[in-house]
Amino acid sequence: MQPFIAFESAVVPIPRNNIDTDQIIPARFLKTTSKDGLADNLFCEWRQDPEFILNTPRGKGKQILLAGDNFGCGSSREHAPWALTQFGFRAVISTSFADIFKENSLKNSLIPIVVSPEVHAKLFTLPEDAVIKVDLATQSITLPDGESVEFPVPAFSKSCLLEGVDELGWILNKESAIAAFEATHPAAINTLA
Amino acid sequence: MSGPLTLSQKVWNNHIVREHAGEPSLIYIDLHLVHEVTSPQAFSGLRERGLKVRRPDLTVATTDHSIPTSDRSLPILDPIAAKQVAQLQTNCDEFGVPCFGVHSQDQGIVHVIGPELGLTQPGMTVVCGDSHTATHGAFGALAFGIGTSEVQNVLATQTLLQRPSRTYKVQVDGVLKPGVSAKDIILALCAKVGIGGGTGCVFEYTGSSIRALDMEGRMTVSNMSIEAGARAGMVAPDDTTFQYLHGRRHAPKGAAWDVAVARWKQLPTDDGAIFDHEISIDGNTLEPMITWGTNPGMGVSISGAVPDPRSIADALERDAVTKALEYMGLEAGKPILGKPVNVVFIGSCTNSRITDLRAAAAILKGRKVNPNVRVMVVPGSQDVKRQAIAEGLPEVFRAAGCDYREPGCSMCIAMNGDQLQPGEYSVSTSNRNFEGRQGKGGRTFLASPQTAAATALAGVVSDIRSIL
Repeated sequence: MQPFIAFESAVVPIPRNNIDTDQIIPARFLKTTSKDGLADNLFCEWRQDPEFILNTPRGKGKQILLAGDNFGCGSSREHAPWALTQFGFRAVISTSFADIFKENSLKNSLIPIVVSPEVHAKLFTLPEDAVIKVDLATQSITLPDGESVEFPVPAFSKSCLLEGVDELGWILNKESAIAAFEATHPAAINTLA
Repeated sequence: MSGPLTLSQKVWNNHIVREHAGEPSLIYIDLHLVHEVTSPQAFSGLRERGLKVRRPDLTVATTDHSIPTSDRSLPILDPIAAKQVAQLQTNCDEFGVPCFGVHSQDQGIVHVIGPELGLTQPGMTVVCGDSHTATHGAFGALAFGIGTSEVQNVLATQTLLQRPSRTYKVQVDGVLKPGVSAKDIILALCAKVGIGGGTGCVFEYTGSSIRALDMEGRMTVSNMSIEAGARAGMVAPDDTTFQYLHGRRHAPKGAAWDVAVARWKQLPTDDGAIFDHEISIDGNTLEPMITWGTNPGMGVSISGAVPDPRSIADALERDAVTKALEYMGLEAGKPILGKPVNVVFIGSCTNSRITDLRAAAAILKGRKVNPNVRVMVVPGSQDVKRQAIAEGLPEVFRAAGCDYREPGCSMCIAMNGDQLQPGEYSVSTSNRNFEGRQGKGGRTFLASPQTAAATALAGVVSDIRSIL
C-alpha cells in the first residue's frame, strides 16, 4: 500500500440511496482468482446506459464518488472497493456506509467519508468542475467556498493508511499475545479430526 | 464491560486477545469458514508473505457459490468457475486446510454445513468471507461476514481487529399463524427498519415467537440480519439449540458435552442488560411477507399493495421507489397477489434446509406446478440431500414437475449459470432482490418456502393461506 496523501478532485455524483455491492460489481465477475481487472465492470449494468455519469466526461478521471445514504450495502465482497479504486476513486462521500464495505474500503486506501445530511445536500448542488480537497491527516474535506468539514476515521485505520501499512503486519507482531490467549482458550472443535 | 451483559457482549468479552486504548480490540476466532469466491486472493497474500495458516484445525472450506447444480459427475463447463473451484482445492491442499470439494459427501452451502456438522456452537466467534455468516448466530455464536483482507488476517493469525458493535434487541412475541414462518419474521423486520436500519449493530432476536422456532427457523432469521444492515444477529442458546447439536459430528461428546452445556447456559443476556436499540414485532398478527422492490427492506404483507412514490416526501426515497417499480415492472398502488412469475426458486443459505424442503413438499405433494413456471429446488448440502431422499422428498418434487438439483448457492447469486433471463420474474426463498442479483435484468420477489410453493402451483404470486 502507498501512504495516503491529500488530494483534490471534482466529484462524481450518483444520487441514489442504498447502492448495493451487486450494483458496484455484479457477482458474475467474482469468479476471478485475482484482485485485478475489475475496473471495466464497475457499475457494469448502469454503464449500459450511455448517459450514466461514468460514461460522460464528468465521470472520467475523478477521484471522489458522491453517493446516497447507506452506500455499499449487501455482500462482503472486497471486489467492491477493489473495483472502485482500480477505476480511480480514492474516496466515497455519503451520509452512511454499510459496515463490511466500510471496513473493506479502509483496508484498500479508499476513504469512506461520512458527512451530515446538510453537507451531503450541499455537495450535490456544486457545479460540475468544483474541486474538493480530501485530507486524511486532518480528517477533513475542503469545499470550493473554503468551508472545511471534518469526518470520522478510526484512529488505527488512519495511521495505517497514512503510513501505507496493512493490519496484518501489526497483528503478526502480537503473536505472543495470541499464543497466550490460545493457552487459556481450548479449541472447541478440530476440523482435521 | 461489567454489570448485566447482553449475549453478544459476553461472547465478545470471552474472545478479547488484546485491548488497548486507541486501538481496535484483537478478537480471537473459533471457527473460520472458507469458500472459493472470497479466499483465493487471501491465500495468494499468504504465499507472497511466506505465511502459514495458523489454525487449520479451526478452519474448514467448501465450494458452493460457483459450482453447477447439475450432474456432478460432469466437468464444470465454465472455465473461469472451474479454475476458481480447482484453486480452492489447490490452496487447501497447500495450506493443510480441510476442504469439502465438489465430490465430497459433506459439500454444501457454507452456512448450511457448519451447523449440520456441529462445528457451529454457542458462544463461539465465527467468521467467513460472506455476509450471510450471521446465520450461525442462531446458535448464540457471534458470527459475521468479513472481506478478503480479513480472511487473510484470520488465516494467518486466527484473530481480527474489531470494534464492538452496538446492541439491538429484536423482540418477537406471539404465536405465528398457519402459513407464517421464520422467513416472514425477518422480512417483516427488514421492511420495518429498512436495509440500513441495523448498521453498526448486532441484533439479538428474542421473545416467544423466536423461542418457538426450530434451529432451521432461527437460522433463517439470523441469516438475513445483514439485509437489515446488521453484521450479526444472535439467538440465545436453549434446549432447542442443545437438542439440535447433540450427537452431531463435531459437537462435544460424553462428559465434555455436559461441561459445554453448563457453559452455554451462562450465555443468555442478563436481566437488566441495556440494549442500545430495541424494536418489537407482533408475531400474532404477522402475515406472510413478500418484497416488491430492489432491496430486502422493500417488503409488504402478501395481501398488501406496492407503494405509491407520490406519497413519499423525501426526494431520494421517492426516486428510489420510482426506480425500483420501474425495474420491477410494477404499478404503484397495485396488489402483488396475482402477478405472474416465470421461475420459483427454493434454496439458498436462507431456506434450503430439510425443514424448508419439507414445508414446500407438503404443499406440492400430489399436485402439479403451473406449466408456465420453472420451479427449481436446490437442497443446501449433501446432508440435506440425503435426508430428503430418506423422506422421499425428491419424488414429491419431481412428480409435481419441479427441477430438483444438486446442492449449492445456485440462483440466489446466479454465479453458476442458474439464473433468470432479462425481464423474468421469480418468487425466491433467497435473501437478496437487488437489481440483477438472480441474473441480469431478472426481477425477484423474496418470500418463504410456503409462499414459493403456493406460487409454483398457481403460476402467480399467491397467498399460502388460501390453500391451507
